[in-house]
Amino acid sequence: MDMILDIASWAFISGGIIFCLIGGYGLIKLKDFYARLHAASLIDTFGVGLIFIGLMFQAGFTLVTAKLILILVFIFFTSPTATHALARAAINHDVLPDVDTEEERDLVRQTKTTKSSTS
Amino acid sequence: MMFAAAAAGVVVTMVFAMALALMGPNVYNRILAVNVFGTLSVMLIAIYGFVDGRPEFLDLAIVYALINFIGTIAVTKYVTFSDMGHGDDGDPAGDI
Amino acid sequence: MNIEIITSDALNVMTLLFMAVTAIAIARIRNLFAVVMLSGIYSLMGATLYVILDAVDVAFTEAAVGAGASTVLMIGTLALTSANENATPNKQTIKALIACTLIGFALVYASFDMPLFGDPNAPIHNHVVPRYLNDSMAEIGLPNVVTSILASYRGYDTMGEAFVIFTAAVGVIALIGRGRREKSANENMADANNVMKRKIVLRVVSKLLIPFILLFGLYVQWHGDFGPGGGFQAGVIFGAAFILYGIIYGLGTLRKALPAWLTRWLMALGVLLYACTGVVSLIKGASFLDYNVLASTPTGGQHIGILLVEFGVGMTVFASIVTIFCAFAGRAAADVNKVSAKQRSAGHD
Repeated sequence: MDMILDIASWAFISGGIIFCLIGGYGLIKLKDFYARLHAASLIDTFGVGLIFIGLMFQAGFTLVTAKLILILVFIFFTSPTATHALARAAINHDVLPDVDTEEERDLVRQTKTTKSSTS
Repeated sequence: MMFAAAAAGVVVTMVFAMALALMGPNVYNRILAVNVFGTLSVMLIAIYGFVDGRPEFLDLAIVYALINFIGTIAVTKYVTFSDMGHGDDGDPAGDI
Repeated sequence: MNIEIITSDALNVMTLLFMAVTAIAIARIRNLFAVVMLSGIYSLMGATLYVILDAVDVAFTEAAVGAGASTVLMIGTLALTSANENATPNKQTIKALIACTLIGFALVYASFDMPLFGDPNAPIHNHVVPRYLNDSMAEIGLPNVVTSILASYRGYDTMGEAFVIFTAAVGVIALIGRGRREKSANENMADANNVMKRKIVLRVVSKLLIPFILLFGLYVQWHGDFGPGGGFQAGVIFGAAFILYGIIYGLGTLRKALPAWLTRWLMALGVLLYACTGVVSLIKGASFLDYNVLASTPTGGQHIGILLVEFGVGMTVFASIVTIFCAFAGRAAADVNKVSAKQRSAGHD
């Protein structure tokens, strides 16, 4: 039984590490701010999620598992919210994504939510 | 052994996030880097709790996640409005 | 070698490296906003270092105060000043470098006289620590020795700390004012509909989360006897929930929910509760802040005393953090209002 739990833990933690590394590499390599948001969300969801599930297998049915679930739920709620706030702030401040044609840029500009360009 | 590998992976990703914080051309990249750094710190604390055999550290991880969120929102709001107390004046459904 | 020792040593080195890199970057980068972000990272790394050194309570406080409240307050200060640091002229650089290097070498040389890190023969491990660790359970009866040291054995110091926080908040009020906003009711009338549309995600999520954050703050306050926690951390977490509310819904709404007179009273009541616990001990015939006489048994008295003083500290810290935040944010808002009113009158916007 311990063996199965250990193998499951190893599998999940390895998956989590791989997603973290991919996300981290994407943070550096991608040139566009909005693409970097996608890379960061990899870390925030799959990275944290898989590693914590691997840790939960090690902890068993105790209070520790309950706290890990709590942290996970909290991060799942707050990380997309922070990304959303950041992306909206960037759009409102004329940070344009890496699009090719001018009409696509106009489409992006239309999604701004403030009528005047604030400082 | 697996905890050491997990900690190593998280530290490598932290190096990436720090590189983004140092090089990111505009301010939004830096805010994103700090946010990612905070989430990685949460993971590092949780993993380290298991390495040391003291799961009380998880309270700490909850606080980090919380502080990370509030800090990101505060900074984003400052950058948008140049002021952090900016409210919904005149909003008829002002929630209290 | 043991894999755990290797892991914690490696983590130690990596954390210190991160802190060094961040410190160099903070000194070299001119954009003050980036500096504030990097100092947030620095505090996070500091807290991680404390965790690796097994000091969980300190890490708790460093995370809550250093990475959270400090970053928010620095951002508030940035709103009042310019965004870039001025370049200093390169006149005295060589002399300054030589002076710093000499002093650095002197400090390192002085540190050779200190006992090695973790040395069991160090004086601290032979006098104070055995007394606390051996007698704490019998005299005070709390599982968390850090809380018993903080609140009972070193109760005077903690009272001083609570008063320091209280004084800081009083100083901010005296210098900046209470952050009362002028009633600019027609400031966002035109954008009222936009406001509803654009903030819906943040409003809903914060409404979901704030009750749980408050509950967690209370948990940290009362659970400080058994696990990491206590008054300082709980006060900051509780205050952080209200700061989140103020950030998302606006300072005016926050002040309606938590009026200024209430935070003033709570600030003072917290330190008053702490001092009065000591006075009650005096009245009952023991020395100041000796909790043994507060109940029928010494351990019971210690429990009651620690409960009361931690609660007092929590109240003071909570009220102080909210007051300081409101003062900073209100001041910045007043300045922004003046600027935008001028622009509007000049025909811009």
